Formats: sequence, structure tokens, C-alpha cells
Amino acid sequence: MTDSRVHPRTPTPDPQALPASLNGKHVPLTAADETRDAGPDARTLLVSVRELHVTFPHRRGDVHAVRGINLDIHQGECVAIVGESGSGKSVTARTLVGLAGSNAQVRSSRFEIDGRPGPFDWRTLRGGFAGLVLQDALVSLDPLRTIGAEIAEVLRVHRIGGREQRVRALLESVHVPDPDRRARQHPHQLSGGLRQRALIASALAAGPPLLIADEPTTALDVTVQSQILDLLAERHAAGETLLLISHDLAVVSRLADRVLVMRNGHIVESGPTATLLSAPTHSYTQQLLAAVPSAASRGRRLSHQPTASSTTAPNQPAPSTTPNPVPPQSSTTPNSTPRSSTAQTRAPQSSTGVRAGQAPSTSDSDQLPSGVVIEATGLRKGYGAHIVVDDVNLTVRRGEIVGLVGESGSGKTTVAQLLFGLTPPTSGSVAFEGAPWTGLTERRRRPRRRRLQLISQDPLSAFDPRWTVGRIIAEALPASIVDQDTRRRRGRSDAVQTLLERVGLGADLLDRYPRQLSGGQRQRVAIARALAPRPSLIICDEPVSALDVSVQAQVLDLLADIRDTDGTALLFISHDLGVIHHLADRVLVMRDGVVVEQGPVDDVFHNPQHEYTRALIDAVPALEVSR
Amino acid sequence: MALALDRPLSVRLRRPSGAGVFAAAGFLALALVAAVLPGLLAGDPLAADPLHVLEGPSAAHWFGTDQLGRDVLDRVVHGARHSLLIGVVATLIAVTAGLLLGLLAGLTHKYADEALSRSFDALSAFPLLLLALLFVAVAGPGTVGLVVAIGIATMPHYARVVRSQTFVVRQAHYVTQAVAFGHSRTRLVLRHVLPNVLGPIPVLAVIGLGEAILAAAGLSFLGMGPQPPSPEWGAMLSEGRGYLSVAWWTTVLPGVVVTLLVISLTVVGRHLQRRFEGRHP
Repeated sequence: MTDSRVHPRTPTPDPQALPASLNGKHVPLTAADETRDAGPDARTLLVSVRELHVTFPHRRGDVHAVRGINLDIHQGECVAIVGESGSGKSVTARTLVGLAGSNAQVRSSRFEIDGRPGPFDWRTLRGGFAGLVLQDALVSLDPLRTIGAEIAEVLRVHRIGGREQRVRALLESVHVPDPDRRARQHPHQLSGGLRQRALIASALAAGPPLLIADEPTTALDVTVQSQILDLLAERHAAGETLLLISHDLAVVSRLADRVLVMRNGHIVESGPTATLLSAPTHSYTQQLLAAVPSAASRGRRLSHQPTASSTTAPNQPAPSTTPNPVPPQSSTTPNSTPRSSTAQTRAPQSSTGVRAGQAPSTSDSDQLPSGVVIEATGLRKGYGAHIVVDDVNLTVRRGEIVGLVGESGSGKTTVAQLLFGLTPPTSGSVAFEGAPWTGLTERRRRPRRRRLQLISQDPLSAFDPRWTVGRIIAEALPASIVDQDTRRRRGRSDAVQTLLERVGLGADLLDRYPRQLSGGQRQRVAIARALAPRPSLIICDEPVSALDVSVQAQVLDLLADIRDTDGTALLFISHDLGVIHHLADRVLVMRDGVVVEQGPVDDVFHNPQHEYTRALIDAVPALEVSR
Repeated sequence: MALALDRPLSVRLRRPSGAGVFAAAGFLALALVAAVLPGLLAGDPLAADPLHVLEGPSAAHWFGTDQLGRDVLDRVVHGARHSLLIGVVATLIAVTAGLLLGLLAGLTHKYADEALSRSFDALSAFPLLLLALLFVAVAGPGTVGLVVAIGIATMPHYARVVRSQTFVVRQAHYVTQAVAFGHSRTRLVLRHVLPNVLGPIPVLAVIGLGEAILAAAGLSFLGMGPQPPSPEWGAMLSEGRGYLSVAWWTTVLPGVVVTLLVISLTVVGRHLQRRFEGRHP
């Protein structure tokens, strides 16, 4: 347990930093374990931890969340811990304020806070020494109390007088406009950004020397995130010490002086931000950096792990850029579209269902002029006087990936619902594969339903909880597979296995339940299920937003492969501009229900015409290191 | 404040101990044996013995004898069949009707749902016994009338749960997803909605069973159920009522058995509820 896998960034350990063991009380450490970078020893050590282990006992084997890490935080520093979910970064941060959990077993060879070893009076330390800012301000703030009362409570606990003036001053210091009015409001009356500011204000209330921010901007829109990061940067510049926990390397690169990369409870690499991001030495850090989707990664594979269907070369131009010379065929025969009838997913269609006795059935969009898969005209949706989507025109062609980007509340998910056809638009229409789609009864739409699939952000809720993976995918298979195959069950399970292989999963998952899968596996199963009916368009609503960056990379690669091999069109909805820029051919930028700008992705992102697009792009925290 | 509490509050809600659940389950097992094979546990419930009338509890007659010299314990054991049968069948009627009507209300829009829901409300506005009494009055006394009456009177409870559950499930993403595979509405309901709605029903039915048994005993007491000399518990209470001042055991001991059975069903039902749903009602 004593091996600590720290790879020091500093080639020569600071001699002064060496004698961690000199005071005799602690387990001697080798020079290589020292994580301090040169220089800051003149400053006070706020936190000094050696060989920290945190274990959660569990019936089926203990969970060893943190496995012997060393951490020093000096006065005035901004230290960031970066890692994916389950890496132990949050547990580490919480342990520093005694909030690891009632059942956590914490061991260390040194645990000094504010220069003193324990035991600690946590109640005084929390808020007094370290303020904690959590991800979701809506659940972190008491919904029944005004934010003024929330902040005053901290002042009361720490016996600080003149509360009213201080609350006002604190709200002003975090740039809450009109602080007197806001102090009297409840959390639900504030926007996400203001809530996060109020939370930061309450964390700062007792003037703690250390501010611990655990994923402070993850739940926020990109423009709001940018404001909160500015605020944190401002506090840092004013001398505040920050411990930043994040999964997002870009956020970290903007703020941190020093970065520690955590994985499976170990610190795999640490060092000054610029050095670590520009020349990572550990392979995991390199992977992590390579996995970030952005303009620079366009056309390149993000993950190291090839997916099963990666038969095409990277950097292949989008099929949409070379429209098929299509035979002009009547596009006004909507009801005769037969179901897909092919069993094997990757094989070219062998047609049984024949329209007008000639053309293969499964790729109607091939025969449409210019291969338009879906076309929305003048789409508008209002609930009473509240207009959610206003006059949206949108076209997706065969094999094209169209990005739809916008912040929360911009109406992008409503657009997805309108296109999917379960919500009728207030006005405007949608044509799918050249035939009317809106304004039909569900019964008339049903025969064509399989051609349009949906992948949502949270696949867990998109699976029937009582069903196994095998059954979930089999449900989506066309009924014709069974009809054609005399050995009914065999043909079906073969098709399911082919689909699983295609998304890079093994047959061993067939009998598992969705809740037993990891987030990445779930999203792959969702993709396999969406592919099963051989759709011409998949609407992906924030499909990677809940995933870790390395898993996100694999899923994005998989989606790119699917487009390249099948020619399936994707409408990719995301708030993440990096993801869109990486994947999409064209992009639509939405704001308040209106498409403010659209065009080829490079044009829009490199030369934005609308001021909102410009603001959006400026707000994205870029990895501030050239790669 | 942003900080969570150190550890969960150590005040625990009172819950039946393991021993209590065990005892309750044991009592239910005994009642089940009595209902299926009463001969195993007791003698003839109708054998009158004019020489030993209204005798108190003794080694020969644990629960004493009644006004005709019949062994009260024998009658109680044989009565288990009546009570359990009435309770189970009435609950089955209630669950089936509740499931169908609740599903219908949950799946239809506006008017049908309103009409069904308001009729559930109207039914539950009356106390269970009063409502059952009304139905028995219409259908006439006897076991069949009693069963149907209790079934109808307890139905709204299940129907409401099914209706609200249906609302949740039909909004679920997996139902939306299934729409995308071109399946018919009937198939969606049978494959996805119905199975996911069923979840809480078995546990509710166990708790509801106790309620039904109590209602059955109450109606029999009023003479609306099986007629004498059937050893039905409610009827026994009614018969013994006249001798309460001289022979308390003819009423009190059967009453205790009914009470124990209902408590046992509730304890076991709540235990199952916690086990399978992980929530505290």
C-alpha cells in the first residue's frame, strides 16, 4: 500500500522540500515522492498530506478510493486535481474538510492542516479555514432560505458581527448585481450562474484562507461557466488559495498553477500547469489530452481503442460534400415505404420489400433529390404565449452530421422532440425522407418510425429497467428478421451480437441489466439499439454530456465510424462547442428558440457573424497550450 | 450552508424487528395450514356437547366451549378457511378491477380519466364497511355477495396507485424509445407499461388482504356473510355476543385471532415493501 505512483514533474526535487520526515513523527519518504515544485517554500503550507488512504468498507470488498497520495497546498496557490469519475479526486477534497463520509476510513502518515496535525475541530475549519463550493448550487443551497440568510448563517456560526453589511459586501464581491434585492430571494428565483455566485459568497463568508471548488462550473452553461471562472481567477489573483477539482482539463488550464492528475486513487502525474499540459510524460495524461474534442482534433480519432467498425480511414471527407447523383424519383409516395428487411447489419441491403417493383427499400433517401433526409420548415412551438422554438429551418442530408448548439433553454431539445414527431409543432412542418412527417396520425407514421432513431443523454432512463441488454437490442430489430429466418431465435440473437460487436461490446453483456453497466457501456448499447432498425437519421440529444472525457472520445469515434460506414445522418445536439467542432459538418447555433447562425462548422466557428456565436466561442475555455 | 451533516442522524424510525416479522410469518403459515387442512389442527367444529356448555378455557378445550358446547378453538381453526378465502378472492377482484380501471385512466386523456378518477374518489369517500354494506344490501347476504362487495369497495385504492404509476411509466424515455421502433400502442402497453406498473401491487395486496379479512369479519358479524352454523369468525363473534357477561372466551378469543392475523399481514406486507421498494411508507 505504500507505493505511491507519483511522477514528479520537477526533474530535481527541491532540497528544501525534502525533509518531510525530519520532524520524526512521520513515515520517511523518498525524494521522488515529493510533489512540490521549486520555489514556494517561503509561503505558508496550508495543507500538507502524505500517504493519504481513504477506504470505504463494503460487504463485497472494500472500496479503496484514495490510495496513498501526497498533497501540499501553499498559501496563494491554485492547485487543481484532474481526473475522471471514480478517480478519487472528490473524496480527496472532501477528506481535507472532514467530509469523506461517516463510514470512510482515513489513514495517512501526515495530515496537517494550517500547520497543525489533527485531531481537528471540523466545524471551525469548515468555512473558517476552508470554504467548499460544490457542483450544483441548487441542491447545495437550502431551498427554504433566502441566500442572504444562507450567507448570514455562516457568519453567525463563525461569530462574525455586522452581518447585513457583510452579506451585501460578499454578494458584491462575487459580482451579484443588485445585492440587496438578491439577498432577499430564494435559490429557485436565481439563475444558475447567480446561484453559483451566491454559493461562492457563502463559502467565502468567514474569510477562509482556502477555497475548495469541486466541479464548480460543470452544471453551468458555457458563457456562465466563463463568468464563474473569471470570478475564481479574480479571487486567486487577490491572493485566495484555491483547490480546484475538475474533470475538465480546459477549465483547469485557465486557472491552476499546478495540476495533479488522478486515476484510480493514485496521482499519476503532477507538475506546473503549462509543463504538464504541453509535455505530459505519463501515458494516461497524454490520452486524456488527446481525448479532448476540439477544432484541432477534427477528423482525427480521439480514443486509442479502435472500435470494431473502424474500417475507414480517418480524415475521410463527409459523404455529404459529394452529393450522390441520384435518380430522380417521385418523392411523394410516403405510405409505400416498406420496412427494412435486412438481417445482417453491415451487409448491403438485399431487398425483399420492393417499391413499385424496382428499387431497394432500405435507402429511400438515396433516391431523393440531393439526399435530404429530414427537412423542417418554419418550425415553431409555443406553450401559450411562451414561444420555445421560433421559425427554425433545418435540413439534414444523407451521411451528414449536423450540429445543433445552444445553451440550456435555447430550445434545442424541443427541436429534437418536434423532429421526432411526438410533440406536434404549433406551426411549420417537417418532411422526413421526402414525405410529410408532421400532421400525420401516429398510426400512419408508424411504418416509417424505424428510419428515425433517438439517442438521449441518459441512456439508463431510456432502457426498460426490467430488461436485459439482449432483449433491449432485440426489441429494436425489425420484425422481418424473425419472419425470414426459420430458426427464429438464432437469427435474432446473431443480429444482436453483431450489433454489440459493432459498438465494441462483447456478447458477455447480453444477459446484464442496464444498471449493471458503466456509463460508456450504456451509451454504446443505446447506439447499438439505435442502429438495429437501420435508420437513415439518428437524433443524438447530448449523447456524450454525461460521460468522462476518455469514454466520450470512444463514443464520438464510434458515431463518426457509423456515419462513415453506413451513411447514416446524425443530428447532433450539444452544448459543447468542442464536441460539435470535432464531429459536425454543419452547425446551427440556437438562442432563445431562434437559429441565430448556421453554416459549415469551420466557417461558423472561425468566422462567426452573429455576436452571440462570438460570445459563445470566446467563452469556451481552451486548453491554453498549443498541442 | 453548503456543508452536509457529519453523519446521518442516529434517530431511527421504529420498524418491526426481525423477530416480529418472523413471528408474524409463522402465524400466517399456521393460518394457511388451518385454511387448507383444518382437520390437521382441530376436531369437528359442529360437534355439539350439551353436557359442557359455556365452559371456560381448560386443558381439554383451550378456548373453552360455546353455548352449544362446541369447542371454540376448533371453530376458530375451521373459520380460517372462510376468512382467508373471502379475503383472498375479494382482494383478487379488487386488484384485477383496479389494474384495468387504473391503467385505463392512466392511458386515456382528459375526460375518461376525469370520469374514472372522480368515481374512484366517490367510492373512497364512503367508509369501507358502509360501502360493502350497501352492495350486500343490493346483492343479498351470503358469501358471494360479501366477496364482491368487499372487492368493489377496496378497488379504488389499487386503481389510484396503478393510475399514477401509469402516468410515470408512459412518460418514461424507454416508452418513447419503443415508439421509435414502430410498435403498436397495444404492444407498448403490454410490453412496457403494464409490467412496470405492476411493481408495487403484490405488496399492496398483502396489506390489503388484512383489510379485506377485517371487513369480511365485520360484515359477517352483522349477518351479511356465511350463515350459522358456519364457523365464520365474524358470525362467531355475533353469536357469542349475548353471552359476553358469562362467557367472555366465546367472543374475545376469536377476536384476538382475527386481530393477530390482520396485524401479521400488515407486518409482513410492510416488511416486503421495505425489502422490494427500499422506501419507508
